[in-house]
Parts: sequence; C-alpha cells; structure tokens
Amino acid sequence: MSQQEKLLEIKNLTVHYATVDGTVRAVENLNLSVDAGQTLGLVGETGAGKTTTVKTIMRILPVPPSIIKNGEILYKGEDLLKKSQKEMRSIRGEKISMIFQDPMTSLNPVLTVGDQIKEAIELHTKVNKRKAFELAGDMLETVGIKRDRANDYPHQFSGGMKQRVVIAMALACNPELLIADEPTTALDVTIQAQVLELMKRLKVQYNTSMIMITHDLGIVAEICDYVAIMYAGEVVEYGTREDVFLRAQHPYTKGLFTCIPDMYSDDNRLIPIRGLMPDPSNLPSGCKFHTRCDYKCERCEKEEPSVVEVSSGHYVKCFFALPQNVASSKVSVKMPV
Amino acid sequence: MNNTTNTATSQTLPVYKKRGQGAEIWRRFRQNKNAMVGMCIFLVLVSFALFAEFIAPYDPIEQDLLNIMQTPSRQHILGTDELGRDIFSRIVYGSRISMTVGLIAVGIAFVAGSALGVICGYYGGILDNVIMRFVDILMSIPAILLNISIVAALGTGLQNVMIAIGISNVPRFCRIIRASVMSLREQEFVEASRAAGAKDLYIVMRHIIPNCLAPLIIQATVSIGSSILQCASLSFIGLGIVPPTPEWGAMLSTGRDFLRKAPHLTTFPGLAIMAAVYAMNLMGDGLRDALDPKLKN
Repeated sequence: MSQQEKLLEIKNLTVHYATVDGTVRAVENLNLSVDAGQTLGLVGETGAGKTTTVKTIMRILPVPPSIIKNGEILYKGEDLLKKSQKEMRSIRGEKISMIFQDPMTSLNPVLTVGDQIKEAIELHTKVNKRKAFELAGDMLETVGIKRDRANDYPHQFSGGMKQRVVIAMALACNPELLIADEPTTALDVTIQAQVLELMKRLKVQYNTSMIMITHDLGIVAEICDYVAIMYAGEVVEYGTREDVFLRAQHPYTKGLFTCIPDMYSDDNRLIPIRGLMPDPSNLPSGCKFHTRCDYKCERCEKEEPSVVEVSSGHYVKCFFALPQNVASSKVSVKMPV
Repeated sequence: MNNTTNTATSQTLPVYKKRGQGAEIWRRFRQNKNAMVGMCIFLVLVSFALFAEFIAPYDPIEQDLLNIMQTPSRQHILGTDELGRDIFSRIVYGSRISMTVGLIAVGIAFVAGSALGVICGYYGGILDNVIMRFVDILMSIPAILLNISIVAALGTGLQNVMIAIGISNVPRFCRIIRASVMSLREQEFVEASRAAGAKDLYIVMRHIIPNCLAPLIIQATVSIGSSILQCASLSFIGLGIVPPTPEWGAMLSTGRDFLRKAPHLTTFPGLAIMAAVYAMNLMGDGLRDALDPKLKN
C-alpha cells in the first residue's frame, strides 16, 4: 500500500442531509482508500451511508437536501469535490462509472439496449454513430450477450441479462474505477454467481479498480481484496479480506458474522445483532454502536472511540480493539492516509 | 435510428426477422382497426386540404344567386348555401384552414408547453412555482374567453387565431409533461445517465421526453381536434376567419339563420368538424398503443 498506488482516497468526508425534521448525518468523518487494480467491499446495514458515500464520489447527490460538510475525495491526487460540473461530467462514465442496484429500473424502457450502451461512448469519445453502435455490440459480446440483440428493448431481457447490459454500459468507456452499488441484490442466486464471475473476469481483463457495495458477506469473500465495514455513517473496521474475516475485532463485525448460518453446526437459531440502526438524525453520543453492543461500558456512552491500527493496514474503531502484536505494532489514531 | 441494416450485414444467424423501429410501430398501428379508420378520415381531410383545387367542383366563393339554398342534388352534392355557393366545395376548402389551425396551434402549444413543463418538472423550486402559478392563471380562464380576449387584442385573422388557440392550449401540455417529468427524474436510469456523464439537456432529450411521449401524443391529437373546434367557435362568433373565406365554423354561423328552412347548411359543416375531431381521437389512441414498446406483439 504505497502512496503512489492509491487511485482514490477519501479523507474525513462528512455528508449531511438537511431535511425538515432536522439534519440527517448520513456520513461522518469517513476515511477510505482504493488502490489501483484492487476491489474494496463496502459492507453495512441499510442506511449505513454506503450509497451516500459512493454517490458523493460521483457527485450525483441532489444538491438541495445534501450538504458535503467537509472532507476531500482525492482521485489520482485531485480533489473531486473541488471540480466544476463540467470537469465532473468528463470524469463520470469515462474514468469512474457506476452500476446501479436494480437492473429493472436502471435501464430506460423506451430505448434499445444498444442505444443505451453507446450513450457513454458517444458522450466521451468522438466516434460516429455507426462505430459507437459497433463498439456497443462488442461490449454486449464481452458480457456474454449476442450482438444482434442490441436492437432489443430492456423488457425483452431477463433480469440477469439486464444486469449484464448495465455492466456493459458501465464498462463501455473502460473506466479506471467501477462503483457497483449492490449489483446482485435484485438477482437470484445462480444468476448472482454468473454476474459475479463476469465482474471478476472483466476486472482482471480491463484492470479496473472496484468499489463493491453489498450487505452479502459471501460476495465480499468472493470478490473483494479490502473490506470496510460501515455503521451509522462511519467506517468501524477496515482491513484486508483476511483481516476482517479471520481476525475481526469490532463487535459489530463479529455480530455480522454470527448472523450467517453455518452449515456445520446444528444451531437452529442465528444470533442477530439486537436492536435497530440508530436514527441518523438523532445519533447516540459516544460510540454510535453502544446502544446495540454487548460489550459496552460507561466510557462507550460518553467518549467517541478513536481508530486503532491493530495490525498493519487493519483499523478498528473501538475501545476494546487490541493490537495483535502489542510489542511491535504502533497504535495510530488515524485511518489509512 | 434504423440500425437493422448494419447489424444484418455483420450477422450470420438471423434468429427472427428484425424490423426497424418505424416498421414495428407501423405494424402495431395497422392492427388497430379504430386507429386505421381514424387515419383514413384524417388522410381524406388532408388530401382535401392539399388538393382542394382539384377536388372541389366549384369555386368556394363564387356566388350563384339563382340557385340559393338548394338541397343536395346531382349538380351540388351537398347543396348550396344562402348565396348559392357549393357547400361541398366550401367544406373542401375549409379543411385547409382547419388543418392548418389544428396543426400549427397544437405545434405552438406542444413546443411551448413541453419546454415550460420540462423546466418546471426537472428543476423544481422557485422557478417551478412561478411558472406553474402563471399556468394556473391561464388555466382558470375558460379557453373560449381566453381566445376571445387574445384575438380581440391582436385582431382577427388566421395567424392570430392560431396564436390564441396555441396559447390557450399551453397549460394542459405544461401540466401533463411536468407531472411525467417529476416522476421520471427520480428514476434510476436518469441517475445512471448522469453517472455516465450526461448533461441535463441530453438527459431531457434522450431519456425524459421519449418517456413522456405517450401522454403527450394523446394530448396532441385530442388537442388538434379541440383546436379545430375552437377555431370554428371563434369563427362562429365572428372573431376568427372573416366570412367570405370558407371556414367550417363560419359556415355554421351563417347557416344557423336558416336552420329551419335549410338544415343542410349547418349539418354538413358540423359533420365535417365532428369527423375531424373523431378521427384525431381515434388516431391518438392508436398511436399511443403503437408507440408503447411494452405492448409489443
């Protein structure tokens, strides 16, 4: 994780929504980074701020309710939050592109899929319509759909094929960073596996970095190199896939794992994390997870825990996080910077 | 939009016959009997308008005071009016004015109404409020009163009649498109397009307008019918097209004095108006169904 390899770096990002009922603190002091060619998994419950984070990267959050309070989003060293709309338009779709959650609604019902795939090509490159359409056909073949279906409308495709079309749209300009917002949530399990396989293959083929939003830890294990666990607008644990899966320290991360059914044990019941996500317009004091935490102490209710680097590149935001090799690893107060 | 040719050449396995978009829409439109009836009537009226000189047996303005108010006969298939003019010829020539007014007035309303509606629906906020309140004011005035006041201000004549009818139709277009745009702008494919780097104008033209087309087409065709009617009513009260010019509404207006003695003076122009409005309504329904790709096959 050397400095120059970092493709995207988010520093102290805070995003609020100003609503009639008060300020919703969707993302607070978030720090993340994605290296070139790597995949970062963004995991958390609904409402943890995952989608807000990635939409802020794309700068496509509707501006009246959302306010970017502070922070920096460095893409190859340049702050995306300081760019003009015009500069952002040339980045969106060409450098950073996005796959949306629901393939049923992220395709325009009145345009053929070929027309929709060639949209990004037409917007960002100076090729003529015929050539753009040909490239769109190539993209369709890359995702495993016959080229002659480019003239069909979205309703003539199955759900899995629609998601392939959406992937083809996102990859049409060969972006450096692909943001996938729960790309498999709307699909059944067999199609999920196919789509994930496809995404893995294309990631290698095009050497694309990826941010994968999901709440399925199985997908994370399958595809991600790094994992960030989000809770109530902040990252509570960050590390490599192995760190988070094998040496999880934050009670929330541990709780997530106990929610997965285990094939080899005879338990009839899962152990859910009790309670609900706190209301983001009225977050608890101190550690935001203390209302649901089994290990909480008085200190948790008053003070906000700082981030501890428990081993190299593995960060946990909890008072009880223990450096794994106390003698050798230093305790840092900052997330990867 | 016709991509069939370049894919067909690069293809070796045509699974089923591919048609262009236009051919597909036409095929679906053709299957709808009502729409075809409407289109036939519409085509007859259009050809009346285009070839009036060849179709009309008499000059529409020339008076023949020896043969006034004749009932339909072999010489005058729809009879003659109070000045001996051939009613059929006048209806044929009148379709010219009706068609022009219908198309141009609706064109004005379509363009202005859609532009305002898109701005309101897409951007919202204060601008939306200001424009919509203004549209509300226009809407609160009955169309006929609005037409009368605009024509009174601008003066009579074909051009002013079209402007007046166009303006009085703007609010409906504006409201319809605003409502569609407001629901469409929240759709994920609009967000996806923005995430692909598209400008607002591009999103509106490519994603939003095509999706509002169905209600717009219905509104447009129905409005053509009602514009013809509005033009006729303006002429009927003497504010539209001035009498010697053959116009359906004006013909009704002069004919009403002889309603008892010679009912055919009003019946035939009335039927012409009815046929035009009916044809446009049938066609509008058919077009809407044909344009909706979800109703394919």
